[in-house]
This record gives sequence, C-alpha cells and structure tokens, in this order.
Amino acid sequence: MNAVLALSAVLFAIGTLGVLVRRNAIIMFLCIELQLNAVNLALVAFSRAHGIDGQIFVFFVMTVAAAEAAVGLAIIIAIFRHYETVDVGSFNLLKW
Amino acid sequence: MASAVVLLAQGGQEVVEGSAAHASFDPLLPGLIVLLPLIGFLVNGALALSHAKKSADAVRVGEEYDPHTGSGGGRDLTHTLPSWIGPGVMLGAFILVLANFARMFGADLHDPVVLEYWTWMATGTLEVSVSLQLDPLSMIMMLVITGVGFLIHVFSVGYMKDDVGYPRYFAYLNLFVFFMLVLVMGANLPLLFVGWEGVGLCSYLLIGFWFGDREKSDAGKKAFIVNRIGDFGFLIAMFLLFTVFGTLDFVAINAGAEASLVYGGAMVTAITLFMLLGASGKSAQIPLYVWLPDAMAGPTPVSALIHAATMVTAGVYLVARTSVLFALSPVGSVTVAGIGAATALFAATIALVQTDIKKVLAYSTVSQLGYMFLGVGVGAYAAGVFHLMTHAFFKALLFLGSGAVIHSMHHAYHATHSHEDAQDMRNMGGLRRYMPWTALFMWIATLAIAGIWPFAGFFSKDEIIWYAGASAVGPFAPLYTVFWVVALAAAMLTAFYMTRMMVMTFHGANRTGEEERGHLHEAPLTMTVPLSILAFLSIFGGWINVPEKIRTSFLGGGGALPMSEWLHDWLDPVVHAAVVVREEALVAAGALAGQEHHYGFLEHAPVGGGELTWALISTLLAAAVVAGTFILGARWAIRPAKESAPLAGVKKLLYDKWYVDEFYDAVVVKPILGTSRFLWRWIDRGIDFVVGGVGGVTKGVGWVGSLVQTGSVNVYAFVLTAGVLVILWFTRF
Repeated sequence: MNAVLALSAVLFAIGTLGVLVRRNAIIMFLCIELQLNAVNLALVAFSRAHGIDGQIFVFFVMTVAAAEAAVGLAIIIAIFRHYETVDVGSFNLLKW
Repeated sequence: MASAVVLLAQGGQEVVEGSAAHASFDPLLPGLIVLLPLIGFLVNGALALSHAKKSADAVRVGEEYDPHTGSGGGRDLTHTLPSWIGPGVMLGAFILVLANFARMFGADLHDPVVLEYWTWMATGTLEVSVSLQLDPLSMIMMLVITGVGFLIHVFSVGYMKDDVGYPRYFAYLNLFVFFMLVLVMGANLPLLFVGWEGVGLCSYLLIGFWFGDREKSDAGKKAFIVNRIGDFGFLIAMFLLFTVFGTLDFVAINAGAEASLVYGGAMVTAITLFMLLGASGKSAQIPLYVWLPDAMAGPTPVSALIHAATMVTAGVYLVARTSVLFALSPVGSVTVAGIGAATALFAATIALVQTDIKKVLAYSTVSQLGYMFLGVGVGAYAAGVFHLMTHAFFKALLFLGSGAVIHSMHHAYHATHSHEDAQDMRNMGGLRRYMPWTALFMWIATLAIAGIWPFAGFFSKDEIIWYAGASAVGPFAPLYTVFWVVALAAAMLTAFYMTRMMVMTFHGANRTGEEERGHLHEAPLTMTVPLSILAFLSIFGGWINVPEKIRTSFLGGGGALPMSEWLHDWLDPVVHAAVVVREEALVAAGALAGQEHHYGFLEHAPVGGGELTWALISTLLAAAVVAGTFILGARWAIRPAKESAPLAGVKKLLYDKWYVDEFYDAVVVKPILGTSRFLWRWIDRGIDFVVGGVGGVTKGVGWVGSLVQTGSVNVYAFVLTAGVLVILWFTRF
C-alpha cells in the first residue's frame, strides 16, 4: 500500500515538474496526463482500504481526461497552425 | 369690528348696485386673446428661422444680403410677412379685448369670471388649473397691453424694417405679449408666475436683441439676474400663501384673507414683504431698480412696450391684485409706499443730469413706477392702476418719440459715416425744425408727465400725491407725511428734467453737424400715426377718473366735459375688500375719533386746504418749473458730446447714478465672485483632487497588478503549483 502511494507521489511530482519546466506544449500536456494518472493510481490504492468509491472516481477522472485531451489537442493544433511552433514561451499575447 | 365690516361692505355694495345691472358677464373668446399673440410668435418664429438660414447662406457664399429683398432679389416673404403678422395678431387681440370690454359694461362685476381650461398640476393638496380670470382690473391691463402694444408693433414696422433680425424681433415681441396676457389674465399665482417669468425671458431676449454687442448682451443678463433675486421673494410669498390658504387661486385668497390672517400679524407681513421683493424686482424699485436703465440697450420700441408701458408695471398689478393682503399688513403697506416714494425721488435726481435721451426716460420710468408703488402702498389702489394706465400712454409716447429722434439721428450719422452717439442729447438740439410732429407729440407727453392740467398725468399723479397726504392718519402718520412731501418734490424734479430733455433735444441751435443736418427728417407715417394716437390718449386719458370735487369746482360743474370718476368705480369690485379692511382698521385704532366715516372716507379726508387747493398748487408749481426751465434752457451753452468737459461735484455724482452700480459691484458682485473663485480654487478643486485621487490610486494599483499577468503559461503554472503547496503547508494538520 505504502509502496503504491509512494510510486503515485513520485509520478505526480515528475508530472508537476514536467509541466513547470518543459516548454513544449505537447510534453506539458503529456505531463498533465501523467499527474492525472498518478492520482488515479492513488485512488485505486485507497479503494483497497476504503471501499469501491475510489475506483468510481477513477472512471470520472478518465472521462474528464479524455475530454481534456480532445480539447487540449485541438487547441494545440490550432496554435501550431497559427504560430508554426508549440513552444509555450511564444504565446504571451494574453496579458494585461 | 365685524359689524363695522358688514356695514362698510353694504355701503359699498349699494353704490355699485345702483349703477350696474345684474346680467352676469359673458366673455367672448377669451382664450383666443391669449392665443393670437402666441400664434403670431409661432409663425414669426418659423419665418425668423428660415430668414436666419437664408441670410447665413448668403453670407457664406459671399453675397451681399439685403434684408428687404433677400439674396435672390425680389420680395423676401420672411421679411414682409412679419410686418403684417406681428401687428395683425395684436390688432385682432385688441379688437377681442374691446368686444369683451363692451360686454363687461352693464354686467354684474362683483365676482370675477374665472374660466377653467384644464388642470395643470394636481399633487397632494396642491391643485393648480390653467384658468383665466376676467375682472375690471385684468380688463384694464388687457386694454393697455393690447392697445398700446398694437401701436408699438405698428411703430416697430417703421423703426426696425432695416434690421437683419426683423422677423426674430416680431417673434419675440409677440411672445412677450402672450406672456404678459397670461400674467394679467391668470387666475392663480402659479399661472401669473408663468407669465411673470415669460415676460422676464422676453425682456432678456429683447434687451440683448443685438447680441453681437457685448455690452448689450450683458445688459440682458443683468436684467435677468436682478429679476431672479426678486423672483425668489415672489416664490417664498407663494409658498407662505399656500401654507395659509391651501390654494393659490386669487378668488379664494381674496375671499379667505380676512378669516385666515390676523390683521398686522407676522405671517401676512412676511407674505407682503416677500411679495414686495418680487414686485420691486420686476417693477424696478429700490433696491432692485438697477437693471432698468441698462435695459435701454434694447431697441427703442421694446423700451416703450416692455420697460415703460407693460412689463415693469407687473409689480403694481400684483399689489393691486392681492390688495387685501397688503391692507391687512400696515407694515407691508407702509414699506411699499416708502420704497415707492424713495424710488420716485432717487430716480428723479439721477434723471436731472443724464445726457442720453433714453437714460433720462429710463430713470423717469423708474421714478413714475415709484409713484405707482406709493399709490398702491397708501391704499389708493385704483389711483395706482390709474397712473399705470396714463403712464403707459405718455411714457410709451415719449419712448417712441425718442425712438423717432434716434432713428433720424442715426440716419443722419449713417449717411455721413460719423460715429457720434445718436442718443446723446448734447448732439441734438433744434430738432423741432426737422421733425415738428414728433416735437409736438413729445411736448404733449412731457406736459402730461409733468402733471400739468388737464393732461393725463395730472389727474393720476395728483391723486396719488393727494392720497399720500390724506393717509397721514393712524400709526404711521408722520411717515406718510414725509412720503407726501417727497412725492411733491419728485414731481417738481420730473417737471424740470423732462423740460430739460425737450429743450436739449428740440430747441436751441442744432448741434448735429453741418453735413448731417441735411439728412435729418421727420419719421415715416408708420411711426407718427401711433405717436398721434398716444398723444391723444396722453391728453384725454386722464379724464376717465377725475375726482368729484375737482370736477365740480375746478371746471364749474364740468357737466359739459366727458369726465367722471369712472375708473375708480370700475375697479371698486377688485379693491373693495382691501379699502374696507384698511379704513376699518383705522376706525378701530381710533385714528378718526369724532369724525364721520363711511366707505371710501380716506379719499375725502380733509388735508390742508382740501383737494382743490392742492391740485391748483401742484399744477401751478409744475407749470412754473416747466416754464422756468424752458426760459432758462434757452440760455444754456450746450456743446456736442465730443467737445463737452467732464462733469464735477454733485453733477458728476448724479451723472454717475450715485455710484449705486459701483456700490453693488463692490458689495454684492465682487464678494460673490471672490467667494465663488475661492470655492472653485480651494474647495471644488480639493474635492476634485480627492475624487480624482481615488480613481488614480485604483488605476495605479491595477497597473501594478497587471504586471503579474505575463501571458506566459509556465509562470501561471508555477504560481498555481506554488499556491497549492502553500495552502497544503498551512492545512497540513
């Protein structure tokens, strides 16, 4: 149990670090997916001790992640068509 | 006391009952009387707008604009139509008024005819309707306004026809008559106030008619602002009346005054004093007279119509209309009389040395208005209105005559391109050779205003002076004696300055200049015919109200002459209650112990050698002053304005109008301006600074905050994560 939770924490930390330090939008996107899945892993682990609720949550998270993937990828494609790059450092027009 | 009121009232009623049949008065199209000038205004106003556009278009394309023919040649309707519409609607209104006047004869006039048209406002207990009141007083005013007004409109056709603003002039003039009729026909105070403000507006528009001249537009503003001070008093009086009576209809106020107000009480005194403030603003009395002399900046027929014959008498009308209130307040009445007497003398002293022909007439008007106030203040309401009427005749004549003179002088100077002052009497002299008719008519008016028998002014002015002396009974007796002496002195001054004006204008050698002399001419018929009608009225207008004693003794019976105390009886239904209250109070105060008293006894009170003696004395004195001035005037060495030496001493003091304008400027205008400037600079700007500062600070903070919005997704993600970590740290237990 503790080992599973530790793995989940490590995965989440990697995901978070990836979102923070990487500039490629697709990599950042993948890191977000990694965070979500780390949470899923933790939820599954908890469900062993506290009942079925955790696993139900996982389905919800997967659903939302699928929707997010669809919208997020669409946005990235649209941005790429416009800027011909997926470096997030280039899109800073949305200020003030 | 109550029984005495009933007795006096009955005595008065019988007199009227004996002379009048009992058919009630049935007005003929009274609404149309008011509407006709309004229609005239609308049509002339539309023409004025179209005219202004045409002349502006002509100027824009660089054409010479001739006001007679328009830019395209041929007759310009916007210029010719007002000549017919302006005087036309006035004639129509005058004929309607005459028809109503004829109907009023033989009718029962005890109760005024009030015609309600529609409810104007109904809020809470206040209900004001648009209703017209026809009674003897409003009828006299309507006759003067439409009759004299019509003549002045006709005169204006001749006087103003070369002016580019001709249609606009007639539009304003018609609008003025409309408001003036509303003022005198309105059956309640708010409606009167509409007319009151409306004539003030038209006065402002017409004083500043030539608004391109800064001085003239300033004079208009001055008139408007000074009147506003008076209007404040009028409004307060109206509020007080409403708190007492719960209504503002004249009929209800006059009927309920004795029951609702205590004789000499604080309330009625406050009401009358505030009302007097309003009246003194409109009627140019001390301390608010300063606007009237400046109002001479307007075209001369305007001075004749608005600033001599009609609008400025509105204050006298107001006092006569609410006479019961003034009768109930001895303090209010004596203040009215005192202000009247003081103004009569004060303005007369200024008129002594003025050189501008219109300024002399302006101060003379202020002085004569003072007489009217003295009349209504001493309880001679009918005499005050009588003087109002005769004054409308002879002062309109004087102003129009001076207009004809100025017109001629202006043409002469215009022809030679001279820039001399066409209104300065020092530049005139000997004009009777060039304009004999005008000179003759103006002499008639001069004799009338000087109070020479048998011209109109004699009867009206002497009646007022007589009343002032006769009123010297009761609590304020010494004051009334002073007023009487002051009025007599002012009458002598009047005789002097009017004769001086005539001598300087029409007699002696001509000082216009060699070249200009040939261009002097008599006024056209459109101007001289109205003058002749007014001259006729100035001679005979006084005969409608000759006291019985003078009629019987002065004229040896007088049966052959068409003279009577007509106006006095005519106005009796309006002022009856006031006269009763006044005399009744004197009887109760024991001022007339041992004397017989009956309705109207004050008129016949014994003073000195009686009416006849005083009438003789005053007319002989006035005649002596006129003759003396005329003879001495022949020897005056008058030089044209540009060669005249500046005045010194008392003459300079009088010429500069006792420095009242300067005094007001220093005491009222400057402090107000200074305070305003201080408030603007320190208080207003301080508030602006605080309010603006709040906005500025918010803006600055917002700007600093906006720096956080880098637009970089990494930064956002980092801040988000950091935030989550911080929250986690604080909620770890």
